[in-house]
Amino acid sequence: MNVIDIETGFQEKIDKDIRIEPRDWMPDNYRQTLIRQIGQHAHSEIVGMLPEGNWITRAPSLKRKVALLAKIQDEAGHGLYLYSAAETLGADRDQMYEELHTGKAKYSSIFNYPTLTWADMGAVGWLVDGAAIQNQIPLCRCSYGPYGRAMVRICKEESFHQRQGYEIMLVLCQGTPVQKAMAQDALNRFWWPSLMMFGPPDDVSTHTAQSKRWGIKRFTNDELRQRFVDMIVPQAAHLGITIPDPDIKWNEERQHYDYGQINWDEFWQVVKGNGPCNKERMEARVKAWEDGAWVREAATAYASKHTNVSNQKSQAV
Amino acid sequence: MKSWPLYEVFIRSKAGLHHKHAGSLHAADAQMAIENARDVYCRRNEGASIWVVLSSDIIASNPQESEELFDPAEDKIYRHPTFYHVPEGVKHL
Repeated sequence: MNVIDIETGFQEKIDKDIRIEPRDWMPDNYRQTLIRQIGQHAHSEIVGMLPEGNWITRAPSLKRKVALLAKIQDEAGHGLYLYSAAETLGADRDQMYEELHTGKAKYSSIFNYPTLTWADMGAVGWLVDGAAIQNQIPLCRCSYGPYGRAMVRICKEESFHQRQGYEIMLVLCQGTPVQKAMAQDALNRFWWPSLMMFGPPDDVSTHTAQSKRWGIKRFTNDELRQRFVDMIVPQAAHLGITIPDPDIKWNEERQHYDYGQINWDEFWQVVKGNGPCNKERMEARVKAWEDGAWVREAATAYASKHTNVSNQKSQAV
Repeated sequence: MKSWPLYEVFIRSKAGLHHKHAGSLHAADAQMAIENARDVYCRRNEGASIWVVLSSDIIASNPQESEELFDPAEDKIYRHPTFYHVPEGVKHL
C-alpha cells in the first residue's frame, strides 16, 4: 500500500466510526493535534485545582470542605488520565510538564481569573464545570480510543462537580441579601469568561474543520456555546439572579437564547498571558513541582535500593 | 520523575469479574503503582483488586498483522450454533 492508500484507509475508518488505537497507523498531523489538545486538557485540569485550592481552608462547613477536596482530587485524577492518554501517542510526560511550566503549552484561560469569595466556588462548579461538561460529553466519542475512554471516566465523575456548585449558589441565593449579592457578583465575574471557554467563534477557529473531519470534535465552538447558554439561562432564573448580559433573549425562530457580543480582545489577552492571574498560577505550579523534587528523588532512591525485594512480589495469578 | 517507569493498571471491580485495563500511571516502584492506582482509578468503589504491570513488559500483537491473525476466523461459520439445522419440534438443542 502506498501512503495515499493508507491515508484513505485511515479516513474511511474514521468515517465508519471505527476507533483509532495507539499502535494503529495515523497521520502525523492527527497525532500532533491530539497531543496538543489532550496536553492542553490535562494542563487545564492541573491548573484548575489552584483557584479552588484557594478556598479549602476557608470552606464554610465540613460538608463543603470534603466536597471541595473531593472535587479537587478528581481534577488531579483527570489530569493524570489525560497525561497518560497523551503518552500513548508518544508524548513524554516530563516534556509535557516542562512545556506547561515554561508557558509553551496552553491551558484553559478561565483559570487565570481570581476566586475572590466563597460564592466563586459555586460559580466555578456551576458555570466552569458546566461549560467543561458541554465540551467533554461529545469527546467521549472521539475517534482516538484512549482519549475517548479517559473522557467517559471524567464525565462520569464530573456531574457531581456541577451539582455541588449549583447547590452552593442555591444556598447563597436563599440566604441573606448580602449572601445573595455575593452569588450575583460571582455570576457577574464568571459569566463572560465561561462563554470564552468554548474557544474563538467558528469563523476564526483554525482547527475546527480538520478536527471534525478526523472525528476529534463533533460540534463547533459556537454550537457548544449556544447549548451552554440555553442550559444556564433557566438555571439562573431558578436561582433568581441575573446574567450580566442585557441581550439575553429567547429567540422563538431559532428556538435558542440570543446573547450579546463576547469581548474577544480580553480572551486573547488572557490566552497570551496577560490575564489577572496567569503569572500567579504558573508560579504556584512551578513551586509545587520544584518543592516536590526531593520527594521524587527519595522515592527513586528507595525503589532502586529495594529492587531485589520487589522482585519477590506476590504473583498475580 | 525521569526514572519513574510507566505501569499499566488493571482493576477487578468486584469478585467474579475479570480484571480490566483502567489506564496507566508512573510510579517509582510496584508498591507505589498500586497505591497510586487506588487513588487515581478507585476513588468511587471501582475496585476490589488491582494488578499493575510494567508497560515495557507487555507484549502486544502488531496492528499491521491483524489480518493474518484474525481473518482466518471470519469464514468459519460452522463454529457457531446457528450454522446447524435443527428440525422443528426438537427441543433442548
